[in-house]
Order: sequence, then C-alpha cells, then structure tokens
Amino acid sequence: MLLIDAIERAILAAHRLHNRDEQQEQELPKGCAHHQLNVIGEKTMKTDSITADWENRVAERERARSRPAAVSMKGIQPKKPCRSRKNVGVAERIASIAVGTALGFAGRQKGNMGGLLLALMGAGLLYRGAAGHCLCYDALGISTAKHNDNTAIPAKQGVKVEKTLTINRPASELYEFWRDITHLPQVFKHLKSVEVQDGNASHWVAAGPANMNVEWDAEILNDHEKNLIAWRSLPGGDIDTAGSIRFQPTKNDRGTEVTVSMKYNPPGGQVTDYLASWFGGGLGSKLVDDLRNFKSLMEAGEIPSTQGQPRGPS
Amino acid sequence: MKALCWYGKYDVRVEQVPDPKLINPRDAIIRVTATAICGSDLHLYDNVIPTMQAGDILGHEFMGEVVEVGSAVSNLKAGDRVIVPFTIACGRCFFCSRKLWSLCDNSNPNAGMAEKLYGYSGSGLFGYSHLYGGYAGGQAEYVRVPYADVGPFKVPEGLSDEQVLFLTDILPTGYMAAENANIQPGDTVAVWGCGPVGQFAIQSAWWFGAGRVIAIDHYPHRLELASRFGKAETINFSEEDVAERLKEMTGGIGPDACIDAVGMEAHGTAPDAIYDRIKQTMMLTMDRLHVLRQAINCCRKGGTVSVPGVYGGYLDKMPFGGAFAKGLKFAMGQTHVHRYLPTLLEKIQGNGHPGFDPTYIISHRFRLEDAPEAYKLFGGQQNECTKVVLTP
Repeated sequence: MLLIDAIERAILAAHRLHNRDEQQEQELPKGCAHHQLNVIGEKTMKTDSITADWENRVAERERARSRPAAVSMKGIQPKKPCRSRKNVGVAERIASIAVGTALGFAGRQKGNMGGLLLALMGAGLLYRGAAGHCLCYDALGISTAKHNDNTAIPAKQGVKVEKTLTINRPASELYEFWRDITHLPQVFKHLKSVEVQDGNASHWVAAGPANMNVEWDAEILNDHEKNLIAWRSLPGGDIDTAGSIRFQPTKNDRGTEVTVSMKYNPPGGQVTDYLASWFGGGLGSKLVDDLRNFKSLMEAGEIPSTQGQPRGPS
Repeated sequence: MKALCWYGKYDVRVEQVPDPKLINPRDAIIRVTATAICGSDLHLYDNVIPTMQAGDILGHEFMGEVVEVGSAVSNLKAGDRVIVPFTIACGRCFFCSRKLWSLCDNSNPNAGMAEKLYGYSGSGLFGYSHLYGGYAGGQAEYVRVPYADVGPFKVPEGLSDEQVLFLTDILPTGYMAAENANIQPGDTVAVWGCGPVGQFAIQSAWWFGAGRVIAIDHYPHRLELASRFGKAETINFSEEDVAERLKEMTGGIGPDACIDAVGMEAHGTAPDAIYDRIKQTMMLTMDRLHVLRQAINCCRKGGTVSVPGVYGGYLDKMPFGGAFAKGLKFAMGQTHVHRYLPTLLEKIQGNGHPGFDPTYIISHRFRLEDAPEAYKLFGGQQNECTKVVLTP
C-alpha cells in the first residue's frame, strides 16, 4: 500500500503541475490549433455523457444561456488535428517513462528475442513519455493532454460508476438532505468539507493519498423537480469529477430507489483505479459504502459504528 | 473494566480494557449482571469463524442494568433491568419493518465485507467476528448496546436473571427452529444435537403441536436431559445407525421435520464426517456438515429441514440432488430474537400455569474472571458441561 500511496502522490503532484501548465496555455489566442481541438473534445463528450440524454439537454440549455458565443459550437469548422501535437497528459507521461525504463532493463536482462521485444516496447513507451505523443491515442481521437473547460471529464477518459440502493424513506426527504451539499461529508467518508460559495458554486476538500488534501470547485448543473441533482467540477482543481443522483419512488411502497452516477479522473487515470480495486478500494466499492451510510443515516438516524469501542490489548 | 477477549484458537483471556462509551445517539450502556457462553462461541474458540481479530471482546448472550442512554433513547432509563437480543437491529429498515430483525439492513458497519462473501449482509451481532460487524460483546462488566430503543427488553419483576437470560439467544433460537420446521399437529420431529438450542427446539416442537420428538446425540448426559426434560425419544449415534433407526421408528416414512441444531462443527465417524474433518484441519473448508447431510437424507419426502445450527461458508458434498428429488423445504438463519420475546416471556411466566423453566440446561456457574477455564471445560467436556453462566 505504501508503494501505491507514493505513486498516487507523485501522480497527484504531476496532475497539479499539469493544471498549472494548462492555465498558462489557455491564454493563447483563440483560433490556434489548441483551441480548436478543445471544441472537438466537447463534441465527443456530448455523445458520452454520464447523465441521461434529457438531463444533458437541460444542462446544455443552461450552459448556452450562461456562456459567451465564443464557446458555442456554431460557426467553427473543426480542422483535422495535426500529427505532431501532444496528446498524452503529464501523469501518463511520467508513468510511460517509468514503465518504459523498467521494460528496457528487463529486456536487457533477458538478452534473447523476447528481451528484444520487451526493450522495443520499452523504447516505444519512453518515446510516448518524452514526446507526449501517442499514435494509438491519435488513431482513437483521444487526448489526455488537455483540460477541456466545458466538460469536467472528456469523453473516453476517467472512471465511471453507477450504483443504486433502495432507501425506506420518501424521495422528497432524501432530496432535501442531499440538496444541502454541506451535509455530504456526513455520508462521504473521504470528504472533509463542502462549502457553498455563491449561487451554484461550492468548494470541496477531500482526504487524498498520503494525508494530502484534494481540493476542487464544483457547480450544480441541474436540479430537477426534487428528483435529480447533477454536478461537475470546475477547471483548475486537483480532481475532475462529475455526477448525478436520482430519487425514484419505488412502485411497491418500499421507499425510494436512489441512483448515483459518478465519473472522475483519478490521479493516474483508469490504471490507478484498477490498481486500487485490487486492494479493495476503487471508486465503485467506496461509492457503495457511502450510499450505505446515506441509507443508514436516513432510515435509522445514524451510521452504524464501532469506532472507539473497547478491545483487549493486542 | 474486565472483559473476555479472543486471541486465537483455544486462547481467550480476561483483560482490563477501557469502559465502553456512547458512540451514537441511539446507544445505551448496560452493566452486565449475567452472561452465558453459547455453543456458537465455541466456533470462535475453535477458530473456525473467519474475520476474528486479536483483542475482540466475546459474548452475545447477556443481560443487565441500564446505566446510561444516548440522546435519542427515550424508552429506557438508568436502572432498568433488560435482556438484550444478540441480533442488532435498527427497527426502521425494510427488513425490521417485516420483523426480519436478524436481517437488518443498517446495523452492520462491515456490511461491505459480508456482501462480498454472501451477496448481502445480515444484521450486526454482538461479539461475533468482524463479518458480523465487529461489535464488542457482553462477556464483560459493561457493554454498549446500539439501537437501544429497539433491542433491550425490560424484564418484569419477580423473575431471576437465570430464568430470563436465555431469551437473549438460545431459547428464541430453539423456538424459531421449531417454527421454521413447519410442524403440523401430530408430526414427528427429529432434532440433531442436544445442546441448549437442541433442548429448546425439542421443547418448542411440542408447543407447535408435534406428536413425537426424537433427539439425536452421542453424549449420554445430553440425551438424558432431552429425555427427562424434553420428553423426547433418543438415538445415540455412536451406538446406532441413525438413518436406519429413524426409518424403523417412523414406519419407513421418515421424520416430517428435521432440525439441525449442530451446525458447522458436526462430529461423527461416518466416512463423510472424516473427510470433512480432514478438509477443515487443512483449512480447505470452514464447515463440517455431516449432520446436515444426514438430516436431508433421513427427512421424509416433502418434509422440512430447519437449520438453527451456524454455517459459515461453502458446503462441500451437499446432497442437493436428494433434497431436490424428495421435494424438501429448507428454512434457516440467525434468529429474529425480538419477534419471539413477548411469546416466550409468557411461556416462562406461565400465566397461572406452571411456567417453562429453562434453567435445567445450566450445568456450571463461573465468575467472569474465570471465563477462560469455563471455555476450556465447555469445549472439552460436552457431556457434562451443557451450559455455562458467567457473572461479572
């Protein structure tokens, strides 16, 4: 676990560096290749959103209303991306260099045909890391190098989970609890605080790996008739996340079906989440635990705990 | 305070530990006046239940006096004398509202762990592994009781601790075993295991209208209790072939209901029992299910197999084909203790008739500080030692 912590910590630091770079890049004049690629990214996101289509349409309308015309899709002709562009994010570049170096050494140790293949793979990864360019990503139209300021998490990236739990309380009561987002640290155990800023904006602080805080700003995108709340993080935070919660009364009088959908870009991407899942972590199982906390709090008025109970010396 | 702590196979110790404190608003703190060692505590003593941790406080059969209540508990006050169900239930979830207390959705803080193993989690239990919540148990001077507005049951005046202590687990467990056995008036009921739960299942079978009760064990003293107090016919499996004998006794039909009051640590000398024992020794399985196999085999066609005995994992060589071919019904699970308390309290009080006195199963009484000795005796000499009551 220490190793994972160290890797996560390094990657988180890289991610912060990346965000800073990006803010500088965003000052480039509009119309340059960077800006146009952003728009392509946005278009892809629309077909791969985590929320249902209709939610998206509502959200999009709101966005269109609140944003200047420059961000709108209209009137911009997407150009073919040029081949030399960076399309690999900083965190991934670090990982590529690390794995590439390891493969190179492993290949040398073997010293046969298999070893040569390993060394070649290592060399490929080293290039990917050093140049920040991946041919596969090019072919698939993916870029992890840029943060898109219109989507919290670009299409085809990040980790998405969706979990449902039935809670033996009326939907309106559950909605009311959730709508005051300052309540959320009570059920999301990794959240340290949520502060409401002005209007729909809020500031979130969570416990990250190795006792580091992870912080980001978020906004509520959609708040629909007491049965749906959708949110997303704003650019510049330590983590990119978006999600929604739906409250659907059950047909058989058993309370409310609560569905939480979340997508986030963990520091280190899908690989980190996959590694974390080996150790019983990962977003999926955390989300189930947190939803269960929510259920217990709403049904029983408290979250079961044995923290601080006596036990014999070990 | 003093508490009995688990440290591994055959290793339990009385240790000085901090007093428990209120953790949640619906908690209460109880000063324990009497507690018992359960047959299922021997599964912990033998280290066949997973997810125990060194230092865990044992004990799930206990009663005492309320000393402190949380801010959300209004039905209890300091000084109340209560028995505490061993299953911890919130009283407000889907399952509790259907009186399936031992399946409570909210009381197991480690529900995620149980879900990985079993698909869904049952309720939390006192002092019975982290899979069941890791709650500190009641073989101690004080204990914290969660959802105290739902669980603890006030004891009417005039009844001694020993008369009501078994309402916490084994009496309702025996009763639910008989209820689960779907007994029709005049039915023949066979009960494997004449420990305390078996004894109370025998008694309860009569309450449900059984025409005949047959008790199976190999400890002569336990069979004698079943015969003398339970009015059961008996089979000693070390002397007779159980299947043949049951067939004979029922005119070739087989018992209408079979109750496995033994569970995962069945004894036996049949080849399958030896096979299970070897596998358990090699840590290839948690469960020895000789009794369950035999119960399935002996049960009449269309009959019911009721399982109050505890099982922990995946069962090997389970004769499911036979169960299917014979159209058997199965019922099992941890006891919904809360559901049975008023009924059973009435049985004990008698309401004008002589009440049921469950104290006949008590063979030994120890001080809490001598609990390790009591475990050793209970684990090693099951013929004479039928039930141990501890007083702090």
